[in-house]
Amino acid sequence: MKVIFNNPVLFKELKLRFRSPKSFNGILFYLLAICLFVFGFIFMTTSSMGTSYFRPSESYILFTLLSFIQLGLVLFITPGLTAGAISSEREKQTLSILLTTSQSSFQIITGKLFSSIAFLVLLIVAGLPVYSLVFLFGGISPMDFAKVFLFLFVTVLAIGSVGIMFSTLIRRTIVSMIVTYGTMLFLSVVTGFLFLLMRQMTMFGSFTGTGMTTPSPSIVSHILASVNPAMLFASFTSPGIAGAILEVTQVKFPIWIGYLIFYILLTVLSLFIAIKRLRVNMKRSK
Amino acid sequence: MIEIKGLTKKYGKFHALDNLNLTLKEGTVFGFVGANGAGKSTTFLILATLLQATAGDVFINGVNIREKPSEVRKMIGYMPDFFGVYDQLKADEYLDFYGASYGIPEVERKKLIPQLLELVNLTHKRYDYVDLLSRGMKQRLCLARSLIHDPKVLILDEPASGLDPRARIEMRDILKTLKDMGKTILISSHILPELAEMCDEIGVIDNGRLIAHGSVAEIQAKLQGEKTITVRFTSPLEGTIAFFEEDPFVSTIEPTNAADGISFSFKGTEEDQVNLLKRAIGHGIPILSFMERVTNLEDVFMEITKGAE
Repeated sequence: MKVIFNNPVLFKELKLRFRSPKSFNGILFYLLAICLFVFGFIFMTTSSMGTSYFRPSESYILFTLLSFIQLGLVLFITPGLTAGAISSEREKQTLSILLTTSQSSFQIITGKLFSSIAFLVLLIVAGLPVYSLVFLFGGISPMDFAKVFLFLFVTVLAIGSVGIMFSTLIRRTIVSMIVTYGTMLFLSVVTGFLFLLMRQMTMFGSFTGTGMTTPSPSIVSHILASVNPAMLFASFTSPGIAGAILEVTQVKFPIWIGYLIFYILLTVLSLFIAIKRLRVNMKRSK
Repeated sequence: MIEIKGLTKKYGKFHALDNLNLTLKEGTVFGFVGANGAGKSTTFLILATLLQATAGDVFINGVNIREKPSEVRKMIGYMPDFFGVYDQLKADEYLDFYGASYGIPEVERKKLIPQLLELVNLTHKRYDYVDLLSRGMKQRLCLARSLIHDPKVLILDEPASGLDPRARIEMRDILKTLKDMGKTILISSHILPELAEMCDEIGVIDNGRLIAHGSVAEIQAKLQGEKTITVRFTSPLEGTIAFFEEDPFVSTIEPTNAADGISFSFKGTEEDQVNLLKRAIGHGIPILSFMERVTNLEDVFMEITKGAE
């Protein structure tokens, strides 16, 4: 922990990031957008219903929509913040000097990762007061709220680590960004599409000449559901979707555990590769 | 202090470095001369632990860079030929960041930074953003950065490239100060003739091979089998050229640009040179000056690399 917090790269990056007016403008516009959305939603709901109050069930819909907005934000901003962390140093010709210092590769990589995700965490935290408006109208338990934020953080960490890894492996920032966005789209869109495809195939296969039969457990479908952030969030916010996923996969292992295992492993592996490949290995293979 | 043994770097079939051997004592200022692509930067990158050698070993203060690169990093200060700076970081913050990167406590950094800025004449730029400094100032700041952990060895890859004459002179003065501080300095430069007075040894590298190594005087002496002597007269005298032509050690007599003198190649010893001058004066030739042309390092470099092509 001391290595992480006593980290010159982390402090330098934070200083540079928050010295730039872009960061404050980003937070301002994000909060404006969230406020517009929340108050717009409340206004539209109350005016369309012709009531002057907001029901707990509507509050739950608002919570669901906000959770998905946060997830979208995390998925689309994290690659942009991390995929250039190392490659941009290389392009700006500051990396060689940094690598001749006494800092360990672990310090440099974690410093870059945490400084990038710190901005995202700040965005999310800054939006909390607006987000917590849903508590005013009921329908949401603090546990639901905590669960969503915990999994958002796990997702930020994993996608950020993937971005840092590609930034270390690939020399050019633009290529690194494309590959990281590609990975993110694979995890969040392609896996969902494949899951839906398998669902259709399962449903089609369950109809036989004599009528409907119980489908056999599908590990692949379960894995696809477990790595897809949108499906995980949908299962959190709608028990019906969790039931539908179980119906298709027939695997009783909770997908949130699978999600945690997969994304923690992805984080560890990505960081390991980035740390190993940051500096040249001076030892020659005999 | 620095021992390079059989250092080789290959890119496919191309030898960027070919069996480089070099030993430098502590406190030596070593000038590395070579054309672009000769292998200077490759050598420096390997020494700075930024590039893996194909073969050979480098020991800095007895530590093998292959075995303990992290220990070597503490002993060296590296300044690359091209480098960037961080936007929106002030000069003192720039040094503070690198000081922290070397694990120097904050209290010490606070004392060190003003001293380093003073050394490189940038005290007045302490609170200026680094990316707004001139190129010469950035070079000096980068040099200060490479000194922040008080390294024993400085590896400076073309520190004066792209600088105007004033900035070059300032850089040279700083390097002289560092020499006086007892640092072991490896420096590559296209303006090595200007730095000749501060280099204890020079090495000439061509196509990855060290083709000459020694003190500046030694390298120059290698070329001086034949000297060029220029003689100027108060007024041209008939028969003067014939007099010099008769000397067995003189050849290739040519008039100088000034039209009141001649230059010629001389193969004799220093005693023969003295005798020639005595006889010329005895012969009544009105000699205004009689001098040996000093061969500068550029001539040395051109001569040596011509043979190696």
